[in-house]
Amino acid sequence: MTSLWLIIGYVVLAPLIGGIISGLDRIITARMQGRYGPPVRQAFFDVFKLFEKQNLTVNRFHGYYLVCFLIFIIFSGILFFGGSDLLMVVFAFTVADIFLVLAAYSTNSPYCSIGAERELLQMLAAEPMLLLTAVGFYMVFGSFHVSVIYRAALGGKLPILYLPGVFLGLTYVLTIKFRKSPFDLSTSHHAHQELIKGLTTEFAGPSLALIEIAHWYETVLLLGMVYLFFAFVPIIGVIITLFIYFVEILIDNTNARIKWQLMLESAWLATLVLGGLNLLALYLFAMISKGG
Amino acid sequence: MFWIFFLILFPLIPALLLLVFKNPGAIKWIVLVSCAVICSAAIIMTVNYLQTGPGKQQVLYFPISSPMVDYLVGIGDIILALVFLFVCRRLPFKKLWIPLLVILQYAPVIYYDLSGRVPETTQYIFLDNLSIIMALIIGIVGSLITVYTIGYMRHYHEEHPEIPDRSNKFIATIFLFFFAMYGIIFSNSITWIYFFWEITTLCSFIMIGYSRTEEAVHNAYRALWMLLLGGLAYACAIIYLSSSCGTIELNTMLGMNQALVMAPILLICFAGMNKAAQFPFSKWLLGAMVAPTPSSALLHSSTMVKAGVYICIRCAPAVRNTLGGDIVALIGGITFLAASAIGISRRDGKQVLAYSTIGNLGLIILCAGIGTPLTLWAAVMLIIFHAVAKALLFLGVGTIEQQTGSRDIEEMHGLITKMPRMTLIMLIGIAGMFLAPFGMLIAKWAVLEALAKEGSIFPVIVIFGGSMMLFFWAKWMGQLVAVIRPEPRKEEGIGIEWLGLWPLAILTVLICAFYWVVGIYAVEPLFGTDPLLSLINIWMVLVMIVMMLMLPLGFLIHWKHLVHVEPYLCGANVKDPHMFMGALGKGRYWWFNNYYLNKYFNEKKVTFLTNTITTVLLVIMLFRWCLG
Amino acid sequence: MAYIKKSPWIIHYDGSSCNGCDIEVLACLMPKYDIERFGAVNMGNPKHADIFLITGQINSQNREVVKTIYDQIGDPKVVVAIGACAIGGGVFRDCYNTLGGVDKVIPVDLYVPGCAAKPEAIIDGVVQAVGLLEEKKKRGVVTHKEGTGDETRKLPPVPDLNLEQE
Repeated sequence: MTSLWLIIGYVVLAPLIGGIISGLDRIITARMQGRYGPPVRQAFFDVFKLFEKQNLTVNRFHGYYLVCFLIFIIFSGILFFGGSDLLMVVFAFTVADIFLVLAAYSTNSPYCSIGAERELLQMLAAEPMLLLTAVGFYMVFGSFHVSVIYRAALGGKLPILYLPGVFLGLTYVLTIKFRKSPFDLSTSHHAHQELIKGLTTEFAGPSLALIEIAHWYETVLLLGMVYLFFAFVPIIGVIITLFIYFVEILIDNTNARIKWQLMLESAWLATLVLGGLNLLALYLFAMISKGG
Repeated sequence: MFWIFFLILFPLIPALLLLVFKNPGAIKWIVLVSCAVICSAAIIMTVNYLQTGPGKQQVLYFPISSPMVDYLVGIGDIILALVFLFVCRRLPFKKLWIPLLVILQYAPVIYYDLSGRVPETTQYIFLDNLSIIMALIIGIVGSLITVYTIGYMRHYHEEHPEIPDRSNKFIATIFLFFFAMYGIIFSNSITWIYFFWEITTLCSFIMIGYSRTEEAVHNAYRALWMLLLGGLAYACAIIYLSSSCGTIELNTMLGMNQALVMAPILLICFAGMNKAAQFPFSKWLLGAMVAPTPSSALLHSSTMVKAGVYICIRCAPAVRNTLGGDIVALIGGITFLAASAIGISRRDGKQVLAYSTIGNLGLIILCAGIGTPLTLWAAVMLIIFHAVAKALLFLGVGTIEQQTGSRDIEEMHGLITKMPRMTLIMLIGIAGMFLAPFGMLIAKWAVLEALAKEGSIFPVIVIFGGSMMLFFWAKWMGQLVAVIRPEPRKEEGIGIEWLGLWPLAILTVLICAFYWVVGIYAVEPLFGTDPLLSLINIWMVLVMIVMMLMLPLGFLIHWKHLVHVEPYLCGANVKDPHMFMGALGKGRYWWFNNYYLNKYFNEKKVTFLTNTITTVLLVIMLFRWCLG
Repeated sequence: MAYIKKSPWIIHYDGSSCNGCDIEVLACLMPKYDIERFGAVNMGNPKHADIFLITGQINSQNREVVKTIYDQIGDPKVVVAIGACAIGGGVFRDCYNTLGGVDKVIPVDLYVPGCAAKPEAIIDGVVQAVGLLEEKKKRGVVTHKEGTGDETRKLPPVPDLNLEQE
């Protein structure tokens, strides 16, 4: 029953929370740059405005891929907050991203296509760490199910104590997933860049609004994953999760965009060193305790 | 019992008929009728066997009392050896080690056979769930490929008038292949398996060399010697079993003390990995691409390489929790990783498919090497899903190549405008290879669950390999779906090929939706475990399938209130959307290619590295258990 | 309520002037003036933009570019011509290649005078443009015909420059 409420809560509240986080993001960013910044509700104004605009399309197909993108993002969130299999959450999340990439490819526009290609590179860089996180949870809790992990965490088995490396690795690739500097290769929330708007160049009006809303759901889902590490005391968990997001904003504002080569190398290195060593330690620990 | 013999022997009839009849009409009807017969025979046998209800089937053994069959196989071995020597007759002196390989393996086997040193066999034929699954794959997927071949070969010879039309022999070889494959999966006697095993080698040799161009002949001989190497390992296993273990029955061997039979089992695994084109033997499968596409489809999906992984899965329970099994798993894992990496750097459609085959087979070998019930469950699932989707993809690429004249992925840019139906088929195939909730992903999910239980480095390998596969499949998909300016349709030339393509496409989707049926009825009784059959998982997959099926439906809706504009080109648009305004006031073409990341995933570098590592591993394996 | 006035996104384009006005436009986006307070963001992509800020005069080279960019902005939209050159050609009006102000090729809604225009004037122009956007939204002024995205595909969206110039 709780999981049903959580699912409904996610579907209804995630856009609200995601939008507010996005608005706070812009204010904090503005303050870091010595500006005043827009109101908190600005993200909602933007989306409502986009729905008021005309739907410009390059062909009649790409809009539909975006609908699928949104649906699958929501679906993966439902799986996560419904307490389902963490692997499946990541897989569904990947499917959603693939739809975004296909939408961009479908436009057959140079900027969009390069953006799509870079988005794929970002997935290539980030995907291993996301899956490794799931495996890490499995090694500690003996289950991929979020509900089991969550209950165990509430029961006092602190995930972060077992998975500090995995957590750091996940934080690293979160920057890629949030498309924040220095990894905002495919598209960016900031103004001018070398690819115009990259992936989203050809999407206008309501289509762009769908992408924005999907990003809100995405943000809440990813922050949910972060929260899972600190689920033992809800208040602390929320505070730390928001702090992590603050760190992401700080990184965003203090780093220039890097080349994809560096992104791929560093992300895989982080995955192998932080995630891999953590899992290795868990494995050895399990071996020793089994042997003893 | 009857159906088993029927399935093994029946394909010989069309094979012989096709050698006699050469006119296209006759070929067409012979193929259609025999494929229908093989298909239905496989299904009838399955239904008969599964009637007992889920989880109640026994492994059925069928003794044969007449010693005649043994003589037949013995004579068959001799004939096969002579045929091998015959095809090697014109080889230059420095390649004479190829016939030497033949002599080296056949001389002792035939000697043992004739001198009566091979132990008696009582149970020649057996039937269990794994055989049933393989029989269905060969019967259904193989038949569809064969039907497709009729249409393909006609186009092929129209395009290549310089190649003499021997398509009747080509299709006859396919039926011979069926004969051999059914032989392998139903035999309990290792000498029998060996006989059929070598027939598949011969068949692939004939198919690869079909066009008789210099490249084709070269690749055919390379495939021959590489595969003979596997045969040699197999022959060694027979000798070892005959002299040390006193049995050549598969089931007896697997039931024996693990330490005692480790050597022959690892030799058989070696032969299996060799046939499944694992590194360092990947070259033969890549070279096999010169043959007409249906043969690639056949080799990659339902036959040949699947024989290799089949035998490894059979031997898997015996290597569980041994260092030898771990090495087998490691070779499979490294192959998966390396093949997925190289796949990124390839732009030839068939090469990408080939590397993905090698990679996925590596994953299956990895599962077999670990050998727990969970991983074996995943391995069998992988075999099923991979066979269907990969056959579909190969046939798709073959058709596209014939219609557009290229199989370069970059040239498939905007295929959806030129060939919408073909694109749909390719998208289903590609989605079947990597996208949730389609087949391969269900299997990969199971693999990860199973490996995470083991708690070792293998999950990391699977995760990285899977991510790289995601990259190259997704960018291929992207090229297909790009909507370019209107161009003339190019699908009119496709005829009977649809008869092979559509059923495979539908099968790809259906198998995913009903994976749990396959799991409950066929796979679970085999290993007594059902990792992904909990109700919630089935629902999850079904919901996702429905969501996926909504996708093509959505395209039928014509949305209102859309405003068409041209792509953004910094305002320098001209009338043609593929051009921009150049600095000199002239329209210039723009285009983009996909990333191939040659810096990281260079084919030569990765192949060399992987070959070195896997060769070392193989040598260690052979020395430690088979010679020591 | 029209949300469009809460979130006017901007694209700026510089024709062929001395660049002074363009620098001033960018100055508005700097921390000192911070027009993001009003939700305005510089987009650099016509498909996302609502307000088209254009500086500099029109010449035979950029004529079609300005038209194309204007066409690629979704309705409702407002064009603001900034500075003397954009209004009437400015000091360049007698040049051999100059066609004149922006209104020679696309309809202009607001003119911001100055050489160069001051940031305060530009902000004033943007604020007025926002009001105009809301009004256009209410009145339903459109320049693009809506359809299913299919039939329009056959129409040539921009003249074939290739033929014209050769």
